[in-house]
Amino acid sequence: MESTDIKRPENIVYRKPALITDTTMHYCPGCSHGTVHKLIAEVIDEMGIQDRTVGISPVGCSVFAYNYIDIDWQEAAHGRAPALATAVKRLCPDKFVFTYQGDGDLASIGAAEIIHACSRGENIVVIFINNGIYGMTGGQMAPTTLLGMKTSTTPYGRDAKLNGFPLKITEMLAELDGTAFITRQAVHTPAAVRKAKNAIRKGFEYSSRNIGLSFIEIVSTCNSGWKLSPVEANRWMVENMFAKYPLGDIKDVLKEDAGK
Amino acid sequence: MAEKILLKGNEAIAISAIRNGVDGFFGYPITPQSEVMETLMKEKPWETTGMVVLQAESEVASINMVYGGACCGKKVMTSSSSPGISLMSEGISYIAGAELPCVVVDVMRGGPGLGTIQPSQSDYSQSVKGGGHGDYHCIVIAPASAQDMYDFVDWGFELAFKYRNPVIILADGIIGQLMEKVEIHPVKPRRTDAEILAVAPWATTGKPAGRERNIITSLSLEANTQEAFNRKLLAKYDAIRENEVKFSEYLTEDAEYIFVAFGCSSRICEAATDMLREEGIRAGVLRPITLYPFPEKEIARLASKVKSMMSIELNLGQMVEDVRLAVNGRCPVGFYGRQGGNVYTPEEIADAFRKFNNLK
Amino acid sequence: MKEEIIIAGFGGQGVLSMGKILAYSAIMQDLEVTWMPSYGPEMRGGTANVCVIVSDRKISSPIITRYDTAVILNQQSLDKFEQNVKPGGLLVYDPSGITRVPERKDITVCSIDAIEVAAELGNSKVYNMAVLGAYLKMRPFLNMENVVKGLEKSIPARYADMIQKNREAIEKGMEKVKIISESAL
Repeated sequence: MESTDIKRPENIVYRKPALITDTTMHYCPGCSHGTVHKLIAEVIDEMGIQDRTVGISPVGCSVFAYNYIDIDWQEAAHGRAPALATAVKRLCPDKFVFTYQGDGDLASIGAAEIIHACSRGENIVVIFINNGIYGMTGGQMAPTTLLGMKTSTTPYGRDAKLNGFPLKITEMLAELDGTAFITRQAVHTPAAVRKAKNAIRKGFEYSSRNIGLSFIEIVSTCNSGWKLSPVEANRWMVENMFAKYPLGDIKDVLKEDAGK
Repeated sequence: MAEKILLKGNEAIAISAIRNGVDGFFGYPITPQSEVMETLMKEKPWETTGMVVLQAESEVASINMVYGGACCGKKVMTSSSSPGISLMSEGISYIAGAELPCVVVDVMRGGPGLGTIQPSQSDYSQSVKGGGHGDYHCIVIAPASAQDMYDFVDWGFELAFKYRNPVIILADGIIGQLMEKVEIHPVKPRRTDAEILAVAPWATTGKPAGRERNIITSLSLEANTQEAFNRKLLAKYDAIRENEVKFSEYLTEDAEYIFVAFGCSSRICEAATDMLREEGIRAGVLRPITLYPFPEKEIARLASKVKSMMSIELNLGQMVEDVRLAVNGRCPVGFYGRQGGNVYTPEEIADAFRKFNNLK
Repeated sequence: MKEEIIIAGFGGQGVLSMGKILAYSAIMQDLEVTWMPSYGPEMRGGTANVCVIVSDRKISSPIITRYDTAVILNQQSLDKFEQNVKPGGLLVYDPSGITRVPERKDITVCSIDAIEVAAELGNSKVYNMAVLGAYLKMRPFLNMENVVKGLEKSIPARYADMIQKNREAIEKGMEKVKIISESAL
């Protein structure tokens, strides 16, 4: 088979999603961000809502998310994305509005904003990347860092007495009346990727039904911050992160209603 | 047909926002400006003009809601008082850095810290010199009556959209709480989507086929790019300084002495001027209406022909620094102020004036 | 004309709304007004006061410390403001609110038993309008027609029945005001 054969349309089995731009991604090899970006781009494209979607990017590694998905973007101050999204959705109720936030941005500095956006039942989608570390600033402790986990500000491992406990914010948010769909997913295997994509799509669909906020946590790796190879990082995540942050749907108001 | 009604300054802000087609207000309660959001909630504009009104969880959230709304090309605003404005400073810096229009109302109370809920003008430096981080300026306009509170909302948005820059309406507890006759106009509709597109082609409301995506950010990691942006901001501020200075004068024509005062202080200085004039002392008042840009040329002009100037402020002496820069040694410059929520009377200002000028 | 007034008493006596109705009535007569309340912690209970200025010219300072008229509804306010009435000025007080009578001889002192008026009309809410009536009798610069318009503007439409009650209280207050002593000036 020649290289020209491979390029023939009938032989193409995979292509870059139409809404992923040609900008070279700055993410480290093995990082989950690229995969999640791809899933969001595919969902927006498949739903045909590019012209009605506004993304809010955070402060953290994914600050440049706006360079990679071909939609209108707003870059928020650290932790404040849910506040921006609230205003956008209320002022432009026919739009699809989502925030994309890491664990430092969402669960630490932006805890108030996410709790109140959830509590108000804003009809937005929140994509929450939880890798238990501050990637962009060089691997410091995050609110979701596991006990015993080494970071640059917990060099001897996170100690509950010194640093407090890992924050399971997703379970907390599920308790709030304004949330419609809360799920925890990962993107470390093809099967997990498919499930994560379905969850993201469900979140976008729910957001147009005015039933409250959809929150999709993606438990992720940070092989640079964790100082592991991508393969080792995935294994470490499965063994340690999933134990604290188990995958699966936590809340789905439509299913609960159907069960009644 | 204009109608005349009795309104508090704070209420005038709210009524004006509705009548001038403002799209959204995001706020958090704090004395002495809580009537702004209370009035909006009572008026329920979402049922008439479609205006969004939301009580946020904090001032931090409310300014970031303003940021999000401004990104969509909407006319959005917030209102607070001094400690709340400190919390908003991060957001205001982002909005200035992203070159977005918005209006922020500061009904000043005494500080620092939790301070007092009584009136003050001690956020002059915070508003005029920056407040948040980085090289930026807000346009700062200072109302002196309930009518000004009403009129400045529309003017504020006009300036904000003209320059894509945050505008601060710098009021104080007196102007916020003072009830006066206010002439109101019929309700102007909010901008349609097409009108927003015309004035704000940069707005992020969804990328249609055939245009590049709009990205609103204040981030640039490359030094030369950031410097070029800073220079662009400077050019904008130069244009604002050239074109938008506004002030009013009271009996300055033949004045030998000038009071410089803004907001409520300018009115108290007018009363002090009347008292001094009765004694045959030719005093006058220059009231900067825009604090940024500052009426430096007019102050310099007056400084060349008067015996002295006095800056009268409800703080420890903030605007007086700008008065001295503008006067640049042409005449002596004095200062008199009260703090902590105390407000000077016209008699007190006249006494301070006589003392400074060695009269009587 | 220019009239600088302080109205002072306890929160709940209708001090602020009396000032507001006075101010609105003046607007209806095409006059300039300012209404400046004390808004410190005392607004949450305790004493309340409001300065109202009515003038046929633009008003400069809304902050005043000497008054043409003081309307006094409790003892603390009498102690605080009696000395600040301009010579030749007016002091109107409610005798049920105070424990000593005003001492100034260089001002006109009047009293109004507004509680009695309110009781006669069977509505404690019109107390402050009886006081307003007493004041307007002594300083008749507003037409009754404009006072009624001021009431209409100040009272929400759903309480329209209160407009007539308030008007009656104002008129009763006008009848019942007693001059205690004329200014010696």
